[in-house]
Amino acid sequence: MLPAPFEYSAPETMDEALDLLDALGDESKVLAGGQSLIPLLKLRFASPAHLVDVNRVAELDFLDEHDGVLRIGPLFRHKAAERSGMLASKYAVIAEAARQVADPIVRNRGTVGGSLAHADPAGDWGSVMLALDAEFVLRSKRGSRTIRARDFFSGPFSSALKSNELLVEIRVPAADGRKGGSYLKLERKVGDFATVAVAVHLQMDDGKVKSAGIGLTAVGPQNLKADRAEAALKGRALDDATIKEAAALAAAAAEPKADNRGSVDYKRNVVRVFTERGLRRARERAQGGA
Amino acid sequence: MATETPLKGFIGESIKRKEDDRFIQGKGNYVDDIVLPGMLHMSILRSPFAHARIKSIKADAAQAVPGVVAVVTGDLLAQHKLAWMPTLSGDTQAVLATDKVRFQGQEVACVIATDPYVARDAAQLIEVDYDVLPAVVDPYQALEPGAPLVRDEKEGQSSNHIYHWEAGDKAKTEQAFARAERVVSLETFYPRCHPSPVETCGIVADISPVTGNATIYMTSQAPHAHRTLFAIVAGLPEEKIRILSPDIGGGFGNKVPIYPGYVVATAASLLLGKPVKWVEDRSENLISTGFARDYHMKGELAVTNDGRMLGLRVKMLSDNGAFYADAQPSKFRAGLFHIVTGSYDIPAAHVETDGAYTNKAPGGVAYRCSFRVTEASYLIERLVETAAIDLKMDPAELRSKNFIRPEQFPYTSATGFDYDSGQYEKALRLALEKAGYDELRKEQAEKRKRGELMGIGLASFTEVVGAGPGKHFDIAGLRMFDSAELRVHPTGKAILKLGVKSQGQGHETTFAQIVTEELGIPAVDVMVQEGDTDNTPYGLGTYASRSTPVGGAATAMVSRKLRDKAKKIAAHLLEASEADIDFDHGKFFVQGAPSKSKTIQEIAFAAYTNLPDGMEAGLEGVTYYDPPNFTYPFGTYLVVVDIDRGTGQAKVRRMIAVDDCGVRINPMIVEGQIHGGLAEGFGIAFMQLITFDEEGNCLGSNFTDYLLPTSWETPNFETYETVTPSPHHPIGAKGIGESATVGSPAAFVNAVIDAVAHLGIKNIDMPVTSDKIWSALHEVGAAE
Ligand SMILES: Cc1cc2nc3c(=O)[nH]c(=O)nc-3n(C[C@H](O)[C@H](O)[C@H](O)COP(=O)(O)OP(=O)(O)OC[C@H]3O[C@@H](n4cnc5c(N)ncnc54)[C@H](O)[C@@H]3O)c2cc1C
Repeated sequence: MLPAPFEYSAPETMDEALDLLDALGDESKVLAGGQSLIPLLKLRFASPAHLVDVNRVAELDFLDEHDGVLRIGPLFRHKAAERSGMLASKYAVIAEAARQVADPIVRNRGTVGGSLAHADPAGDWGSVMLALDAEFVLRSKRGSRTIRARDFFSGPFSSALKSNELLVEIRVPAADGRKGGSYLKLERKVGDFATVAVAVHLQMDDGKVKSAGIGLTAVGPQNLKADRAEAALKGRALDDATIKEAAALAAAAAEPKADNRGSVDYKRNVVRVFTERGLRRARERAQGGA
Repeated sequence: MATETPLKGFIGESIKRKEDDRFIQGKGNYVDDIVLPGMLHMSILRSPFAHARIKSIKADAAQAVPGVVAVVTGDLLAQHKLAWMPTLSGDTQAVLATDKVRFQGQEVACVIATDPYVARDAAQLIEVDYDVLPAVVDPYQALEPGAPLVRDEKEGQSSNHIYHWEAGDKAKTEQAFARAERVVSLETFYPRCHPSPVETCGIVADISPVTGNATIYMTSQAPHAHRTLFAIVAGLPEEKIRILSPDIGGGFGNKVPIYPGYVVATAASLLLGKPVKWVEDRSENLISTGFARDYHMKGELAVTNDGRMLGLRVKMLSDNGAFYADAQPSKFRAGLFHIVTGSYDIPAAHVETDGAYTNKAPGGVAYRCSFRVTEASYLIERLVETAAIDLKMDPAELRSKNFIRPEQFPYTSATGFDYDSGQYEKALRLALEKAGYDELRKEQAEKRKRGELMGIGLASFTEVVGAGPGKHFDIAGLRMFDSAELRVHPTGKAILKLGVKSQGQGHETTFAQIVTEELGIPAVDVMVQEGDTDNTPYGLGTYASRSTPVGGAATAMVSRKLRDKAKKIAAHLLEASEADIDFDHGKFFVQGAPSKSKTIQEIAFAAYTNLPDGMEAGLEGVTYYDPPNFTYPFGTYLVVVDIDRGTGQAKVRRMIAVDDCGVRINPMIVEGQIHGGLAEGFGIAFMQLITFDEEGNCLGSNFTDYLLPTSWETPNFETYETVTPSPHHPIGAKGIGESATVGSPAAFVNAVIDAVAHLGIKNIDMPVTSDKIWSALHEVGAAE
């Protein structure tokens, strides 16, 4: 790989990293797993003057759940998400998405935070976080702020993140009671980005939907939250008719573009089919799970 | 304690590949591993446009970058008469564009610098002023009057038409169609795909300013032929050129042509007096080097109502891109496409093919295929599937009914091929039996009742490989023979030097085993050398599954020459008459007295120490082998798929492959070749496509757009064999490198079509992607 020339720093603490970003501003790029940034450098689609490698900043790599919040550090690798027993038992949508992100080699390096910061409309984590109604903590030298996932993405490869900010934490309302989720992804081969994917996260109470989250991948300028489909499920029993209704609403929310992977009709149909199948799978898990 | 006797490597023994020790330790030696003192690096600036006139090229800024040694443009090359070069198909190709660019990715200028990064940085600073012209990317449109003329620089070239070529008997075929009770037809497109070897193409050219010796390390499947072409193109004296093709990370036809980068790097080394390295990156490989296929085909089969084939008529248009740079025997404009009658006894056939220039990359290489055999095999096997649908016959039965029968061999096809041997029915039966065909059909019928889609696809292909009789087949005039030189050392170890060149096929093992079989020297004791033109005999190289049919035959023949001499030495040592000496598994003995024997090792020693009077010392020889005919490998592939009506995804549940390549030298290596080919066939059938938008932008320029299957999605392969030796090959072997890529795409597609044919869907062109399947289902109201 032959990128354009750049400077490179590898701070050891978050404060050092934030100092650097503040001083360098637009000239700099954070380097996390490098699985999106390095290809861009290699193709010379990006040529930042300075890379700030945060891989040595241990404070950015964590996973814990307490006080009703699941906290994920931005450096948490796809592979770690795939392997976590806790996530598998309580957040099926995360576990199922994790093993479908890219391929095993990319998953070893790639990070959840890097993926969200990259804001690729075909990225898997964005939809998962939308379905989970997550919040992101963004921090700069000048302070920190919290933003909901639904307000974070603003278009293809663009987000609320400023050049001097780091994404430092992902917060997910802890799942309790009967919950289930699923991540269904249509890909042309292992390691491919989604043609279409649908993230579903359900919390059930007394046979009724307490809350439902649905995120859509690769069918719009950014990861989409299917609000109307979510609303249509809330408080209802998950019978087939309700599922079909929600699936139709999710399909209507999609704004796909035709390309080598398929037509607009095709992609919209897959959203419908996957929402239906995903809700059924989540329902089964919610019924089966504690 | 029982000890295992190590296998010597006789024919039929799956000994481990001798070359793998270095490969699995990461210690192969590829072109990019070559580092020479003072070596410079080259980077190529490529055209962003598919069709544009070059108004000016300004290189001052690039030239001024510290570390830049030279910027080479087409004008500079023109001063040395090197701006254009001949192609393997007798056309010309721009080395660096002078007048205009004709495809996106075309070579425009090169920067030579002390460091590859600097070369790339500086290339970006070259300013090219283009006048963009309308591009033509469809060969049918290219042939319309008024289409943009791609090759306006060629004298007498007033359209984009390249060639017209016919094979077979037109009148006889027309008669067959007139008699037919039914005509089955299929229009299909075999899309542009790319061989995509894991190692891209590259060169290190090192021309000594002192001696004028040109040492050229190059990713070459055909080093000897390339040496001769270099001599002709660059005007270098051939004895001073040494081409070294070190380890090669896959070729698949992609490393047969000579690319502009090779020419510029060599010219630059000559002008600068320093070694120059050029290794392309992945996108450069995908957008500019030899693509494959891009054939638009219309086939018609004349049949009787009970399914007898009477005649075949094919019209074909090939999209050759901006330069006609197909790699194929020079008299055959569409390669061996006329093998299109396949495994069937079709009394009359006629093939008409045309080629067109478009604003796309040139190439037309035989991607794991013997010169357009893949396209031919695909067409006939898809056509037979279509016939089965139209006739409402079982596709296995229809095939069976029309196969060339064993007693018909040697069989002359309607387009003029002389098939050597085959047992097509036997291979088909074995595949059906292993698959449990009747059960599968039952399951399919039950699933259909429930609205589930399941398909069973067959392909009973016949290939033609091992070019070729030199009288008819040549590359750029060089007859397609091949060679082997064998030298047995005093201690009984040997070196075998070949004109072919492995790119992963396991030559170091397979060819050593032929020597083992013929002389008894264990394969571990036979060093196989290839890819060094100073130290191996002349040959045409490795592609078109020709190494075993031609180079392997040469190896057997040269071993036999040595055996004859060894017999004379044995007679001398055993004090018997030569006529009384027998040979078996490396032992020479007196007939009727097997205890009176000499090993090949003892004889080798005697060849240098204790010779009969008047005999020349040494035990060595060379053979140039011109095969009397091609070999015709064949087989039947069977694929089972399940289709998801909601997403259109086709999941391959089973893939059964019965291959017959005659005698198998190292069965494990043969299996490996089949596995690799099936995986590639799977990729071609389901996911690969190099496509272009209307402006000629290439939409398959990296591995996120151009997909290679990995072990994750590739189905499990169940492989079986039948053995029908080639009657004319010294050890009865046929080529096996390509059968699987040739035969499998049709089997995969036929399986998908078999799942949906009852809904009225008879064709989906490759790649058979989920969206195409869903759209076809949607159109007939059968999608979820
Ligand atoms: C072959 C391949 C296949 C892939 N397939 C998929 C797929 O199927 N699904 C999918 O979702 N992704 C896929 N990816 C992308 C992969 O998931 C990346 O790992 C991910 O998108 C980026 O994470 P990273 O840690 O590698 O980030 P990097 O590449 O290091 O960075 C990406 C961007 O985020 C910024 N950034 C990183 N961390 C932070 C932070 N903490 N704060 C602020 N900015 C930050 C960087 O500056 C950069 O702009 C694929 C990648 C490859 C190479």
